[in-house]
Amino acid sequence: MATREEVLEGLAEIVNEIAGIPVEDVALDKSFTDDLDVDSLSMVEVVVAAEERFGAKIPDDEVKNLKTVGDAVDFIVANV
Amino acid sequence: MVVTGIGAFTPLGGDAATFWEGLLAGKSGVRSLTEEWAAELPVRIAARVAVEPGEILPRPLARKLDRSAQFALIAAREAWKDAGYEAPATDEANPLAPERLGAVIASGIGGVTTLLDQYDVLKEQGVRKVSPHTVPMLMPNSPAANVGLEVGARAGVHTPVSACASGAEAIGYAIEMIRTGRADVVVAGGTEAAVHPLPIVAFSNMMAMSKNNEDPQHASRPYDKGRDGFVLGEGAGVIVLESAEHAAARGARVYCEAVGQGLSSDAHHIAQPEPTGAGVARAIDDLFARNELDKSEVVHVNAHATSTPQGDTAEIKALRRTLGEHLDHVAISATKSMTGHLLGGAGGIETVATVLALHNRIAPPTINVVDLDDDIEADIVRDEARKLPVEGRIAALNNSFGFGGHNVVLAFRTV
Repeated sequence: MATREEVLEGLAEIVNEIAGIPVEDVALDKSFTDDLDVDSLSMVEVVVAAEERFGAKIPDDEVKNLKTVGDAVDFIVANV
Repeated sequence: MVVTGIGAFTPLGGDAATFWEGLLAGKSGVRSLTEEWAAELPVRIAARVAVEPGEILPRPLARKLDRSAQFALIAAREAWKDAGYEAPATDEANPLAPERLGAVIASGIGGVTTLLDQYDVLKEQGVRKVSPHTVPMLMPNSPAANVGLEVGARAGVHTPVSACASGAEAIGYAIEMIRTGRADVVVAGGTEAAVHPLPIVAFSNMMAMSKNNEDPQHASRPYDKGRDGFVLGEGAGVIVLESAEHAAARGARVYCEAVGQGLSSDAHHIAQPEPTGAGVARAIDDLFARNELDKSEVVHVNAHATSTPQGDTAEIKALRRTLGEHLDHVAISATKSMTGHLLGGAGGIETVATVLALHNRIAPPTINVVDLDDDIEADIVRDEARKLPVEGRIAALNNSFGFGGHNVVLAFRTV
């Protein structure tokens, strides 16, 4: 079981790798699209990388609900 | 139309200035391929770009672009800046209206490395791992679209495809965009990134490539009796074309005039050049028929000359048929002897070379002509660069031909 902190840290590394955003800027209240330069295509990459890292399954129709980093952290923590 | 900006990302250098220096110095950009995948190939040489694009583009951007689009973007940024533009046309700081700006960038094969690499991912890592960026990376219009996004082009973004004539056809298309009033400024050129085992083997199995693996730097030898095919190169060349009025109104530096283009098609064979040069000759005739250009003004040709036995000869025959005795006063350069053949990128970098040849009034050399083919009855600039006439208005042609029988001749002239 990953803690919220561990999931946030992992997501921050993934977003850094994909969008080049500094890890410290990837905070819970940040919007993937508006704040972190993660467009819908790059979001698919974030999802696939997160699934691999945390062993979670994020269904395609769930992705549209993951607007902020906090949304993603909550979903992953609840579904691992 | 005039040329106000140039950019080049090539085997001889990562910008137009080092590219030009390399050409004048007669440097070869051809090297042995040391990658593991190359070990068993019949052809193990190529002219890779001198600078890796990953050293220039930030990783998050680079990973969303096919290598061919990376090259085009770098060359286009250089040309845009060189033309004196600081911001995209969509930015208020740039007085150029985006609706008056176009982008025409071509490649011969498109995002072939992306396509093949992602197929490997699918087979080896499964459905989920195929990149969601695959389609926008592999589509042949991707370099044009990405350059259009970069500069803010809204008059139209286009990608003509005609194999190894693609880059030249893109520049010809851009000339027509301005001539017909669709745009005031167009960013145009060609790019290619096909150094991958499949294209290499495919071209090699057509018997089109040099197999001189032991002596890479001397493998590309247009006009030499011992030439045995082309050497694959990669890179991009881009220019900024502008209506003369628009360039004058903003006080832009002008390299030369873009006079126009001549076009034809062979209807002869899917991959063989028409051996008498008749098809190429019709393109040259078309150029002179439709543009105000006098044959006597032409002092330099940047030839297509890929180093294949048939193609090099047919082109010279066509030049002789069309220019007659005047051809004896035309300095012919085959810069593929140094850069290798960039396929759809060739028309891009060779236009940059032609523009610089006129601007500096100097023709780059053709290297590796040890024993000139008897059939090449023309004045080839061999071994060392040669000065062009220092006085008066002079013009130069840039030839590009492609599999499928496409013939494109571009003409430029000093202002």
